[in-house]
Order: sequence, then C-alpha cells, then structure tokens
Amino acid sequence: MRNLRLFALTIAVLAGLFGVQFVISGYPVLALTRILILAVFAMGYNVLMGYTGLVSLGHALFFAAGLYGAGLAAYYGGVALPIAFAAGIAAAAVLSLVVGLLALRTQTVSFMIVTLMFAQAGYLATLHFSAITGGDQGLSLPAHARSFSLLGQEIALTSATARYNIALAVFAVVLLALYALTQGPRGRLFAAVRENPERTRMLGYDVGRIRLLAFTVSGTISGVAGALYGLMFGFIGSSFAEFRSSVEVLLFTLVGGPGTLFGPLVGTTVMTLLIDRLSGLTSAYLIAVGVLLIVLTLWFPKGILGTIRDRWAPWLR
Amino acid sequence: MDLNTPATRAALLPRRSLLQGIAAGGALLTAPGLIGRAQAQAGDAIRLGAPFHRTGIGASYGRWYERTANAALKIVNEQGGINGLPVQMIVEDDGTDPKRGVEVIEKFATEHKVDAVFGHLFSHVVAACAPRAGELKMPYFLCSEGHALAAGQFNRYVFQPSITDVKSQISSMGPWIADNLGKKVALIYPDYAFGYDHRDNMTAAIQAQGGTITASIAIPPTETSFTRYLPRIPFDTEVIYHVMVGPAVLTFVKELGEHLGSRRPEIFGFIDSLEAVPLNQPQLAFLENTYFWEAQPRYAQPDQTEFDKFYRAAVGVDDSGATIGNPQDVATFSHMFSVWETLFAIKRAMEMADYRGPAQKIAMLEAMESIPGFDASNEFPQGDKIFNGKTHQSFGHQHISKFEGGRLNVVHSTTIEDTFYPDETDYTKMSF
Repeated sequence: MRNLRLFALTIAVLAGLFGVQFVISGYPVLALTRILILAVFAMGYNVLMGYTGLVSLGHALFFAAGLYGAGLAAYYGGVALPIAFAAGIAAAAVLSLVVGLLALRTQTVSFMIVTLMFAQAGYLATLHFSAITGGDQGLSLPAHARSFSLLGQEIALTSATARYNIALAVFAVVLLALYALTQGPRGRLFAAVRENPERTRMLGYDVGRIRLLAFTVSGTISGVAGALYGLMFGFIGSSFAEFRSSVEVLLFTLVGGPGTLFGPLVGTTVMTLLIDRLSGLTSAYLIAVGVLLIVLTLWFPKGILGTIRDRWAPWLR
Repeated sequence: MDLNTPATRAALLPRRSLLQGIAAGGALLTAPGLIGRAQAQAGDAIRLGAPFHRTGIGASYGRWYERTANAALKIVNEQGGINGLPVQMIVEDDGTDPKRGVEVIEKFATEHKVDAVFGHLFSHVVAACAPRAGELKMPYFLCSEGHALAAGQFNRYVFQPSITDVKSQISSMGPWIADNLGKKVALIYPDYAFGYDHRDNMTAAIQAQGGTITASIAIPPTETSFTRYLPRIPFDTEVIYHVMVGPAVLTFVKELGEHLGSRRPEIFGFIDSLEAVPLNQPQLAFLENTYFWEAQPRYAQPDQTEFDKFYRAAVGVDDSGATIGNPQDVATFSHMFSVWETLFAIKRAMEMADYRGPAQKIAMLEAMESIPGFDASNEFPQGDKIFNGKTHQSFGHQHISKFEGGRLNVVHSTTIEDTFYPDETDYTKMSF
C-alpha cells in the first residue's frame, strides 16, 4: 500500500496552508503566495533530480515556456486566463518532451551541459524575437488579463485572497498528483533508475522511456509554475529564462531535500524568506546564503528533509 | 567511521538539537519583528520606499542612487520634512532582478506600508514592477529612462518627474548629429531591448534629417570580443553611433580603435557606456575628440550653476564627477540627479495636497499631474523641466559633450522643446 503517513502529512499541510490565511495577513500572505508558486517549480525539478537522479541545469527553459505560452496567449490572443494557463502548460509539455528526447541521449555531466545549452538557446531566443516577446524589457499583460470568470464569479488577480487561493489550489493539485506518482509504481521505477539503471534495464524495464516520462513530467510542472507566475504577476520577460532561474530551483531542491515530497516546499520557503529578511539588513546577504549552503552541505548533505528522512522518518520520501 | 550507527548519528547531530535549530531558524525567518524594522505608526512620518540596485548588474548605479537619495533626504529633513512630518527612507535591494523587484514592491506596500516608492532605474525591473505597483495602489516614481511609461504601458500610479526618457534624449540629438557630424550613420548597439530603443529612435531621428543608416549592428550580450562585428561598418560611414554597456565596453573601445586606426569617422556615444568609469585611462584614449550625450555634465563646466555646485557639495562629488578625495570613484552623474530631483518632486506634490497619510494619496497623485514643471534650483540642479501630467513624463535639457584631454566639455545643449514628441497616452483618463 502507498505511504499513508505521508498522505496524512500531505492533507495536514494542505489544510494548514488553507487555514493560515485566516491567521496571517498583509505581506506574509503575499510572500507565501510567491513561495507556493516557486515551490511548484521546485517540485517539478525534484521529479527529475530528486526522484530520477538526473541533474538538469536548464529548467529555466520550461518555466519560461509556461510563462511565455500563457503570457503571449493572453497578450496577443486575448484569451481567457484559464485558457492562457492551459496554453502555457501545453507549451512546456511539448517543449520538455522534445528537449527530453534529445537531451536524454546524454548522461551525467554531458546531460547537465546539454540542458544548459538548450536553456541558453531558449533565453537568447526570447531576446532575439523581442518584437514578439518584448525581450529583456518584457511585456506587461493588459487589463483584461487581470481577471477571469469562474462559475459565474468574477475573480480578480489583484485580490490578495484570490491570488493566494489560486496559488494554493495549483500547489495542492500538483502536490497530490506528485504524491500519487512518486509513491506508486512509477515512483519506484524512477527511484530504480536513479539507484541502478543497469539493474532496472536487466529487469526488463525501458530506462529511456522512464527517464523521458520523468523529464516530461518535470518540465511540464515547471511550466505550470511559469504560467501561473506570468499570469499572477502580469509580466513576462526574458530574465525568467536566465541561467539564474535554473540555479535557483536547483538550490531550492537541494536545501529542502531532493527525493522528498515536501523538500521543495521547505527549500523554497527557507531560501525565499532568508533572502527576503537578510536583504533588508545587508547588501551582502548572498554571502549569508552561501554560508547556509556550506553548512547544509556539511551537516545536511541530503537537504533538510532528506536528512530527517534518512535518520528518523524513512516514510518522508 | 560508520555514519549509520545510532551512536554516531546521535553524536553528529542530536535530534533535540536539530529540532531546536529548525525551530529557532523558522522563528527568525518568519517573524519580521525580530530582525525586520519596527513599524512606526501611520501619520508620524512620511515613509518612502527606495528599491535600489544594490547588487546585480545595476549595482554601480544603485550605490550612487542610494548615496544621492541620502543626501537629498538629509536636506529635506533639515528643511522641516514634508508638511511638518519627518521623512524616512527604507532601502531594499532588488538585485536588479524583475522577480525580486516585484517582491520588494509588495514588501513596501504591505509590510513597510510606505507612502510612495521611488528610485527604480533598470527598465526591465521597472516593467515588471509597474503593473504590481498599480494593483497595490502604490505611488511609484521612476528614475529610469525607458519610454514605456510615456508610451502608455503602465498606469496612473507611475510617474517619472525628473529624468527624460530615451525617446526624448535621442530625438533631440538627431539634428545636431546630422548637421555637425554627418548623415551616414552606422549603429552599434547591444542585442536587447535597451539597444533596440536606441536603434529605433536614432534611425527615425537620422532619417527625419534626411540621413541614412549605413549599418545596424546588434551585438549579443554574451560577446566579450567585437572584432568580427567591426568589419560590417561600411567605408562610407560618416558617423558611428555606439551604446555598448557593461564590463566589455573597454574592450569594445580598444578593438574599435585598432580596427579604425587614425582615419576614423566621427563617433558619437551615450554616456551610459561609461557611467562610473574613470575616463583618464589608456584603454579609452581612442575616444579622444569623440562626442557623448550627457543629461547632466559630469565635469563642472565654465557656466556651472550655483545649483550644480550645491548639489555636488551635498552628494560629496568634485568638479570631475568623482568622490571628493577619490578620483577613481566616479559617479553615475548623468542619471543619479533623477533620484535627488524626484524626492523634491514628491515633496512638492505632497505639499500641494497637504499630504499626511494614505487618505490624501489620490489628492497627491492629482497634484503631481497638475504640476506644469520645475524651475532650475537647488532642488532641481540638472535644470528646469516641463512636466507632462497626461503622460506622467518630464522633459528637460540634454547636452552633447566632446571628449578632450581626458575630460568631457559640453559643446551643445538642447532646449526643452527639442525633446518634445506628440503625446502617446493620457493617464488622467484612467481611474485610480
């Protein structure tokens, strides 16, 4: 049977996240909204890096695919936000399938470099086609793209409550879907490929297809985050396709614990709040972040939740 | 050592210590009051949010923006603040990053609860932040040069009351370039939006003078050597117009000199390339006798105003545009005046609206829209300005300076009218 304790924790976390909006207000709600969106990005990355053992340096490409797919559909197509959101997810899904087919022909360091190159090509494409994308200066979404109708209700993305609950809803769907995926047979196959691809192949499984599935799921979820971010903040720009975005999501996952369901949420929360708090105190906050990463590497080499899982709670995977 | 025995694990990191550490860390991160600023009560002061580029690619600008803003703030408070209330400035670093920029705007609006935000420069950060500032109903004063505001892409909460936009700057330069340097112009610019602004506006400005663009050379931002692009400059080019920026600019100038030699066409650039860069260095020798646009002359000119003297003394800058006593610490002189002047523009609007808190926010915004301009003064040391309340954009004098003997000497100044172009939007028809 699946991991019931983790399922109970999943429900508890979602209930807690829903309830917390009645306790806190103002900036913490806005900050938590951003954290949830970025945590979805990290959860997508975690499917590939944490569960399947493939380190990509190019996931900014898929985040940007979602961002541009949704943003351009809303900006030029004038479509309703839910359709724009779906367009962003579809763009990321197709792109991750195509890139996966090519990049998965390589492994380890070569794979990292190839994914990085694809992402750089995507970034430069957003600059090159600036007549459409707005390039580095980006595009601000028009007023009609700041609200949508749902079951007869007009929902404005300018409302902090609406923003939080939309982010939470998307986060919850992705979290539950990933619970089902990673704690079931597919998840065990991902782990098998990560731990010993040769043995997995000997057992009759097609390692290439498993990796491609993980890559596509990972890229698509990253695109979900990108689409949500672009629509939520009403701005799309090439800086989201930069290498920095790929590194950020790698750090979020590493800090929280690769290969754990909640690691990305923990990592994103810690890193986001740390930067947010320290940057108000000193311009050298990145040094403090660097020190934290060194400390984590020394004492929590598998990230915060990864360490807790290994030592005390093996079900926390 | 076997790390998996219970004894070893306990010795390495006891569970109680781990939990205590996590709890302490969590409390530290989530409680703003512990390490954040204590929140003052509304009505006891005017609070201004200043999202400066302390880190990232805009850091050299951000450092000078902060220094200039502090100098202006000191004077405002010495003069009794605004409407009798002291003015506080809360600085946050946006990392010159659009994503972080938006986070900072949210933080100013909902945690610091500031009355207005000012000081953003880089246009990609501005483009990301302006929509969110409008949604949060946060008055947002730009110290940028982008044209997006005047083009109607933002909202009624966004103003640029001091520095002119790039369209004004370039269109006012075009006639002088065509009349004095030549009408066959080759453009060299970075291959992203900043460069495209210059390409498009300069192309239009030169063509309006009956000139032609002989080459339009876009250089990718990742390039560190430029030799393969330079042969694309046609032999009949009379003027090279360059706006390369970033750390590779010294290499660009050196390679341009090696490529062209002594028989070069005229050369015109934007000082953006060399802001915060000392000019008296061998790599820049090739620029001798070339021309630059400046918004405010870096070097004190023979006709220097008393206002310019006052401003330099207050910021701690000498007559060569560097920190007094440290000639290598060169200011971003053609941009940073905008922070100073914007602070005084905010003060003017707040005083007109008798601003004491958010209850007078709309009145303050309407007061800003009603301001026809600013006279040259200690508050506006760059010079007098005409403010367009419909487009929320200021228009002011521009200068062309010649690089001679390691310094810049102004050879032409435009009128304010030279910088005009037809209105492209009317924010006053937009609701708050």
